[in-house]
Amino acid sequence: MADLETFRRETRAWLEENCPQSMRSPVQSDADQCWGGRNWAFKSEDQRVWLERMAEKGWTAPDWPTEYGGGGLSKEEHKILREEMARIQARPPLASFGVWMIGPAILKFGSEKLKKQHLPPIVRGEIRWCQGYSEPGAGSDLAGLQTRAEDKGDHFIVNGQKIWTSYADKADWMFCLVRTNPDVKKQLGISLVLFDMTTPGVTTRPIKLISGSSPFCETFLENVRVEKDQVVGEIDQGWTIAKYLLTHEREMIGGMGRTAAGQKTLSELAVDALGLEDGRLADSMLRSEVARWDLDARAFELTAERVLDEAKAGQGVGNTSAMLKYYGTELNKRRQELLMAMHGSDAMVWEGEDWREGALPRQWLRSKGNSIEGGTSEIQLNVISRNILGLR
Amino acid sequence: MAGLVLNDEQQMLKDAAQRFFADRAPVSALRRLRDERDATGFSRELWSEMVEMGLVGTLIDEALGGTGFGNVGMGLIAEEAGRNLSASPLLSTAVLGASLVQLAGNDSQKQALLPAIADGSRLTALALDERPRHAPRHIETRAEQNGDGFTLSGRKINVIDGHVADTLIVAGRSTGQPDDSEGLTLLLVDRDAAGVSVQRTIMVDSRNAAIVTFDNVHVPADAVLGTPGKGWKPLQRVLDIANAHLAAELLGIAQESFERTVKYLQERKQFGVTIGSFQGLQHRAAHLFSEIELVKSAVLKALQALDDGDERTPEMVSLAKAKACEVAELATNEGVQMHGGMGMTDEFDIGLFLKRARPVQQLFGDYRYHADRFAALRGY
Ligand SMILES: Cc1cc2nc3c(=O)[nH]c(=O)nc-3n(C[C@H](O)[C@H](O)[C@H](O)COP(=O)(O)OP(=O)(O)OC[C@H]3O[C@@H](n4cnc5c(N)ncnc54)[C@H](O)[C@@H]3O)c2cc1C
Repeated sequence: MADLETFRRETRAWLEENCPQSMRSPVQSDADQCWGGRNWAFKSEDQRVWLERMAEKGWTAPDWPTEYGGGGLSKEEHKILREEMARIQARPPLASFGVWMIGPAILKFGSEKLKKQHLPPIVRGEIRWCQGYSEPGAGSDLAGLQTRAEDKGDHFIVNGQKIWTSYADKADWMFCLVRTNPDVKKQLGISLVLFDMTTPGVTTRPIKLISGSSPFCETFLENVRVEKDQVVGEIDQGWTIAKYLLTHEREMIGGMGRTAAGQKTLSELAVDALGLEDGRLADSMLRSEVARWDLDARAFELTAERVLDEAKAGQGVGNTSAMLKYYGTELNKRRQELLMAMHGSDAMVWEGEDWREGALPRQWLRSKGNSIEGGTSEIQLNVISRNILGLR
Repeated sequence: MAGLVLNDEQQMLKDAAQRFFADRAPVSALRRLRDERDATGFSRELWSEMVEMGLVGTLIDEALGGTGFGNVGMGLIAEEAGRNLSASPLLSTAVLGASLVQLAGNDSQKQALLPAIADGSRLTALALDERPRHAPRHIETRAEQNGDGFTLSGRKINVIDGHVADTLIVAGRSTGQPDDSEGLTLLLVDRDAAGVSVQRTIMVDSRNAAIVTFDNVHVPADAVLGTPGKGWKPLQRVLDIANAHLAAELLGIAQESFERTVKYLQERKQFGVTIGSFQGLQHRAAHLFSEIELVKSAVLKALQALDDGDERTPEMVSLAKAKACEVAELATNEGVQMHGGMGMTDEFDIGLFLKRARPVQQLFGDYRYHADRFAALRGY
């Protein structure tokens, strides 16, 4: 306990000293994020410095072992770091599929070589990753994927097409599910492989979204050479790892609707937009809808907290990521609908500086994808009923 | 901070309560009380056993005969009682009576009442609401200063366990208008005092409530609980305590109703397959599962907030009660629907959960009441 108090004191002092002022305000949109990677153009000197200093301490991946560049923090210390960062509204120094998804999978299943090769650059934000799972014919039925990897002795030759690959056009490496054995039950012939996006035969084509931006791509793989030492875990065992990784992804997506420290809550935004009459929101129907959302959101936050606390105490049922993903994303969609409703026609404006270039309708449209990406809401409900409730 | 988990002691209490209620006061016991039109409405023998186990004194300090286990402890007991629809004066006496005397009573009142509550020799009831929808400040019952004491006149409804309570705790108005917070006086009144008449009302859940009328009842000065005219403050706190335990009971009801329903989905066959294989039902069940997970977190947080003296306790309690009401309503409705015709029969237990949930939801404010209060507390 005393050690934790010391850790808190030292962390607080270090953050005070090292977190640049301009990095102490909530991330408002994707434009404020630092994704890193070979081609990253820092939005400001502060953004560069903040990433560099945090990476130096391993705090871009606080709970990874120090030998791979991580912070080596215990769960308790990690929690303190989060709390201390929230206290000064420090932004995450790095947004990274490496830290959130492939890193944990390499740590758990990867060879020593893969750990040494890939983890430190992820921590330093030098390599940006993308996720090659979905294919035109394999979305919800992910295990039905067709991208072929042919065994050529010391390497594979990969042919196929991926789709909805977020940031494929900006990423340096891909973690990719491929079929290494077409002759067995579909889950048993899949491998998880890693390759550089500059490898000959890899091409990407951005897809434009209803929100107007193009964060994801079609990715074409034509005779792409992948070394065998770039297989994570055993050949043909990729499905287990893919599912492990999805668990991480789901928890992350499920948490996206949460209000970050310093951000205005939905009810505060409602007060700004609608005003108060006798201390109550002036629009009584909207007030009750905001309250219903607010109750659910608070109870959901407490649930995310409880799940963590139970895991720390070695209790709990496990298997909660599907529930968190389902509820969290549906909650965020409801939040966006309420924001649209309370701003009325202002929320319909698509362009123009006065309307932050349509930030409101664009983020509303983007939120629709939350309950699709990482496995749809319907798939999460399937997982809950099958795996937790035993209904089949 | 312990976090949102039970400690070992609390886990042991929960396990003990689970075994006890399932064994000694299962749903069939409620059925028997109902079918035999039992005059007391609960089993005195069960109450003695609850006393022996120390459950009744959970909120009472050890020095006064209780166990001092606190609100998290009592919440776990309420949850298990909810699962089994166990009828007992737990709320009226061990929660409302014990907390109110502890909060507002003077030393001699505490000495007289709390050990007697803990040892099962005294039952209490809170006579508060006067309208069918909870409105705790809407009090027209007069409590007028009369020499040293007070004269009490008025009518109270939905007085839980009012027909068996030895002592009624009555909220009367000494000054001001209905809906004022100022001017409320809490009085301890013997049920058989002159001018008190009690009419038992049989409720939809086969549990007990009463309409109590006071006709110029004389209340001596030493029976005033707390400061005359200043009853709103302790009352608010006691309602928070009670609502947290009602939320815990609703959590128990929702969980049990849900688990029985899932079991039915696994067993009942139609079209040659179990009905649990139909996705239309699976998704509703999975949604309900998620909602119940949220209620668990909100209820535990509210109970911990009460024990920790958290300044945001009222907000946390309204969150827990609102969410528990909403989800218990959904769980019991889905329970009946997914049992088909069987769900409509008196013989099958699932309907009893539906019938118990609604009065618990209504008591001291339903979803709407607490959503409104939650919003107001959060500044909108
Ligand atoms: C914003 C965004 C970012 C993404 N980023 C990536 C990425 O980086 N990498 C990547 O690999 N993929 C990514 N995806 C793809 C995503 O994982 C898939 O879109 C998703 O798994 C659904 O697959 P699908 O689009 O083929 O829909 P389909 O599977 O065709 O689903 C269509 C509808 O049918 C329903 N449905 C399907 N099967 C069932 C069933 N068994 N029971 C009930 N309903 C069912 C679905 O719920 C859905 O409503 C992203 C998607 C979005 C929207």
